[in-house]
Amino acid sequence: MDDAVMTDAVMTGGFSDPSIQSAWGFRAAMMAMARPGDILAVSGAQAPGGVSVAASVMLLVLCDPETPIWLAPSHDSADLRRWIAFHTGAPVVATRGEAVFALGSWDSLVPLDGYRIGTAEYPDRSATLIVEMGALQGVGAVLTGPGIADRARLTLPEVAAFRANRALFPLGLDFFFTSGDKLAALPRSTVVAEPAEVV
Amino acid sequence: MYVAVKGGERAIENAHAWLAEERRGDPSVPELSVAQIRTQMALAVNRVMAEGSLYDPDLAALAIKQARGDLIEAVFLIRAYRTTLPRFGASRPVETGDMRCDRRISATFKDAPGGQVLGPTFDYTHRLLDFKLAAEGEVPPAPQSETQAGPVPHITDFLNRDGLIQTEERSDEAPPDLTRQPLEFPANRALRLQALTRGDEGFVLGLAYSTQRGYARNHAFVGELRIGRVTVEMEVPELGFAIAIGEVELTECETVNQFAGSKTEPAQFTRGYGLVFGQTERKAISMALVDRALRWRELGEDNLGAPAQDEEFVLSHCDNIQATGFLEHIKLPHYVDFQSELELVRRLRAEAQAAREAAE
Amino acid sequence: MSDYNFAYLDEQTKRMIRRAILKALAVPGYQVPFASREMPMPYGWGTGGVQVSAACLVPEDRLKVIDQGADDTTNAVSIRRFFERTAGVATTGRTAEATLIQTRHRIPEEPLTRDQILVYQVPIPEPLRFLEPRETETRKMHSLEEYGLVHVKLYEDIARHGQIATSYAYPVKVEGRYVMDPSPIPKFDNPKLESAAVQLFGAGREQRIYALPPHCKVVSLDFEDHPFEATKADHACDLCGSGTSYLDEVIVDDAGGRMFVCSDTDYCEGRRDAGHRGRLAAINQEDAA
Repeated sequence: MDDAVMTDAVMTGGFSDPSIQSAWGFRAAMMAMARPGDILAVSGAQAPGGVSVAASVMLLVLCDPETPIWLAPSHDSADLRRWIAFHTGAPVVATRGEAVFALGSWDSLVPLDGYRIGTAEYPDRSATLIVEMGALQGVGAVLTGPGIADRARLTLPEVAAFRANRALFPLGLDFFFTSGDKLAALPRSTVVAEPAEVV
Repeated sequence: MYVAVKGGERAIENAHAWLAEERRGDPSVPELSVAQIRTQMALAVNRVMAEGSLYDPDLAALAIKQARGDLIEAVFLIRAYRTTLPRFGASRPVETGDMRCDRRISATFKDAPGGQVLGPTFDYTHRLLDFKLAAEGEVPPAPQSETQAGPVPHITDFLNRDGLIQTEERSDEAPPDLTRQPLEFPANRALRLQALTRGDEGFVLGLAYSTQRGYARNHAFVGELRIGRVTVEMEVPELGFAIAIGEVELTECETVNQFAGSKTEPAQFTRGYGLVFGQTERKAISMALVDRALRWRELGEDNLGAPAQDEEFVLSHCDNIQATGFLEHIKLPHYVDFQSELELVRRLRAEAQAAREAAE
Repeated sequence: MSDYNFAYLDEQTKRMIRRAILKALAVPGYQVPFASREMPMPYGWGTGGVQVSAACLVPEDRLKVIDQGADDTTNAVSIRRFFERTAGVATTGRTAEATLIQTRHRIPEEPLTRDQILVYQVPIPEPLRFLEPRETETRKMHSLEEYGLVHVKLYEDIARHGQIATSYAYPVKVEGRYVMDPSPIPKFDNPKLESAAVQLFGAGREQRIYALPPHCKVVSLDFEDHPFEATKADHACDLCGSGTSYLDEVIVDDAGGRMFVCSDTDYCEGRRDAGHRGRLAAINQEDAA
């Protein structure tokens, strides 16, 4: 690849007004985490290497030199590594176990047992996974729990893994799902069921 | 008759205006300059720099002026300013062995290489009010002598060479940063020292004094107390070497404490350490005593339940900005919680009264 | 606007706080440690709430700040001005118009909606602190879900006073897991902790953030034979006549005369604007005129 093109992909795609755009991005992330299943739109960032706008925004809003990132094989590229280094300063780490954030497609992020799930005294010291999805819609798996008035629905890549994760509560992983400019979240507190299980 | 309290905004503005007027004081008396405070109230400036964790004598002097001489308020101003400053990096550890000492004394050896230098100390002044100062403060120049060339070796190094004092292992581990990470227990020594050096002088003094009086006594001798200037160096990655970026005045105190030992380990003295910005020797000595008391676990001593041994107690309460904020917040309105208590007490009393009447 | 960054805090600090908020929402009621910064206002005066608000605010927000339920208490005025200056956000006294409400000691009377955020200023976030002063111990107790001590304390109250003698900062259990301090709100407000809004709690000096997502299950601790009771002064508001709002007691003369008025000033004004009148409203209007 031409150096100029590569540099371009690395240098661009960040926020033009970081403090305001970060505030907007975070508000969406917070509302998504507070209300599992809600789908929100974000904008303003574009990382290279096939990363969605929403995942790009999450990287800029949440990552910095204090948050090691693990890139799943689906999303690991030299351009993305440079983009992350340039725009966030976050170290890209070699293993899941070191990561505060992980980014990739679901197939590439699993199995989940290598990530940090927190400790009994510090359950917050757990990884957050940013899962790139083909589509994100309010259909499919049935969600109940904190943040949900009655029940919510969300297209999840599977159910079993999230059930196992819920069983670890208050330990466990937290998830953002991203697709295009859309964003949803699933904290460890959410109870996930197959649509067929719910009458 | 009651009218809802309004006009908080105007009340605040008026209070600020009055405060500014009071700060200035009688306008027929010349105003204090920052330079006057910096040079003539230097020990107050030093305390503000030490507890504010920011080495900047001009800003500390300005803070003292703005705070009307309330040093904790001045420390607060400095802390609030400090937290907005960008970080460019960390300096290399300063080499106190190369200190240009204004003062250097040892209580453990009559003389040692580098000599005993009293320096500008209150120690042997008779505390008699000098009424001449009320009229004018001109002083004749102090006698001068040649500065001694060469480094001034640490007294504890002499003891260490002979194995008489426990060796402090060198470590290149980055120390934790109290101002960037939430405090967590157990705290390592670097973190404890960080908390103590910015801790309230009065609090650290009181704890140190308590160890001397028997609450976890540790027999401290001032092995050495030195005050002077050291060079601050920073690595510049682009250059590949460190450059001097300035100098700071520090007070360093190393105490030689009661010896530890066992059947297998021969007796050895132990250490306490204090290092504080500026000429702040009361604080540095206090810090060394408290540091030593907090090391009981590492040195295989018993926990005597003394306050100075209790790291959670010491570290959670030594910061005067935290303490004064929380203490003073009880001035804020508490109508709501007080009202809930009031209702409760009334109800409890009414029920007790009813029970009494029923019994009669 | 000023020379400071949007909402005062630098971006790295906001990111650190934001990450803590997300984890707090993921584990409701659990206190997430965060590296609280030194703010230009004293610890104990809302630095935790201010940092949480600063991390959440967007320029489009409409901010309301209350202290003891009122918008014009001095510290509420001071905090509101801080954000007007540093974030340039619009402010309001109307609960319904606000998108973000920072509060000390009260939950507004009017139910909050799903698009609102309520930020609490918290002095001592640890519900077990007055039973066990050591953080190292209380952290262990939370991890082991060992809450017997709280029940013992409440039970001792009953033994001594015939009822639970905790009237504010009344402990709650969140989603059946963590015991949480709801901040020093009167226990009258405890039922309102189950809300459609996002509730965030910031303790600056104690360096903790915790949260209640919307519709989170929040149960005030009690005993079967001594159920929790949300109590208030047994009066109606002397200005608006409300019989269901939390009341401040005001001493009006030195002969023991007193009146009761809504602690939530916006709620009270709203009712009076709608034509409701309390026992002393008429006299009071004459006085004010």
